[in-house]
Amino acid sequence: MSFNFTVSPSFPNERISDWYIFNTWMQRQLGLPIHLELYDDFGAQRQAIAAGRVDMIHANPFDASLLVREKGFRAIARPEGSPDEMVVVVAADNLARSVPELPAGIRLACTDDPCVNTLGRILLEPANLDAGNTRELRRETYIQVTKALLRGDADAGFLPVEAFNGLSPLVRRDLRVLVTSQIQVIHHVFLVGPALLPHAEAITRLLLSMHQTEKERAILTALGASRWQALEQEDVEFMIDILSTLTS
Amino acid sequence: MEDKHPYPGATHVLIHTDGTTREVRVTGIETPYPHGKLIVSRTDTRGIITQCNPSFVDMSGYTADELIGQPHYILRHPDMPAAAFQGLWSAVQAGRQWNGYVKNLRKDGGHYWVYATVVPNIRDGRIVGYTSVRREASRDRVTAAEAQYREMR
Repeated sequence: MSFNFTVSPSFPNERISDWYIFNTWMQRQLGLPIHLELYDDFGAQRQAIAAGRVDMIHANPFDASLLVREKGFRAIARPEGSPDEMVVVVAADNLARSVPELPAGIRLACTDDPCVNTLGRILLEPANLDAGNTRELRRETYIQVTKALLRGDADAGFLPVEAFNGLSPLVRRDLRVLVTSQIQVIHHVFLVGPALLPHAEAITRLLLSMHQTEKERAILTALGASRWQALEQEDVEFMIDILSTLTS
Repeated sequence: MEDKHPYPGATHVLIHTDGTTREVRVTGIETPYPHGKLIVSRTDTRGIITQCNPSFVDMSGYTADELIGQPHYILRHPDMPAAAFQGLWSAVQAGRQWNGYVKNLRKDGGHYWVYATVVPNIRDGRIVGYTSVRREASRDRVTAAEAQYREMR
């Protein structure tokens, strides 16, 4: 029997091959058959979770909440480094210089990333903007969100900081960041599901020592991390408590 | 809490729900909420601060060492009516979430407005503490809250 591993679809497309390399390395180290399944969007990934087709996941904080509280998953590690932050951006020729200057009725471009969208909505609250007085334009990728802004199809957009920084300097020049979140306390986390819990200690040990050799450090660097950091259950519970205040 | 301040710049005596009193200075100077930030703190079941993030420290004007171990009402502003906090405590002690607009007092006597959400930390079916997350409120909502609290005092 093979175990299923997946990754929250919020990572940049150019890292797809790096996640396959990570999975191959992990299989060899653990001596376990692990199949990596990458989903195009959050909806497809959630269906797989609901159908019990996910045994291990690098999840965004919102999905981690669901998996820990409702699906019996255990968070074992998180990538060390910057927490998950996002930006509200407009085209450079937009008249608004700050969020409170955004008028009611604007069109918002975003993907279906629940974390980015929730934080984005919170950052619009100082302008009294909510679902009732804005129009959301869902796009499949962050590149498409950017295009919607540059073509004038949308007035503002939500992007993870990492995706914004990954844009070319030319594209970034044509955009303006109105605000950057500085939440500081929410992160992607690495979780194992009930079927893999007997191997949780071995997986944790493997991840936490990954930065110690040059070859394995290179795999981590390619994924945008410097090392895995241990997580206690209470760390995750605290993050979930914080997230619950953001969705009310 | 009892409100005894006739004008800004004076010292005021706060009487807290636990019976303790505290003299505070109020300057009337507002510190703008830093865009994009969340202020996060955690207390035990008695409201003693056990954890806070850098934004909490920055906005309060205290150091982290001065905050940890202190009651959360160290931030209580005399303009906040006691009823607002009674509502907060009765909600979270009953296991429910509480939301509201709060004027917080800084160490220097100034203040800042937040939209606050407090949730009980429930572990194994038991409340072990509370987490409070504050975010930026719109000016319209702050103006409305100021008027409401003035009525309640």
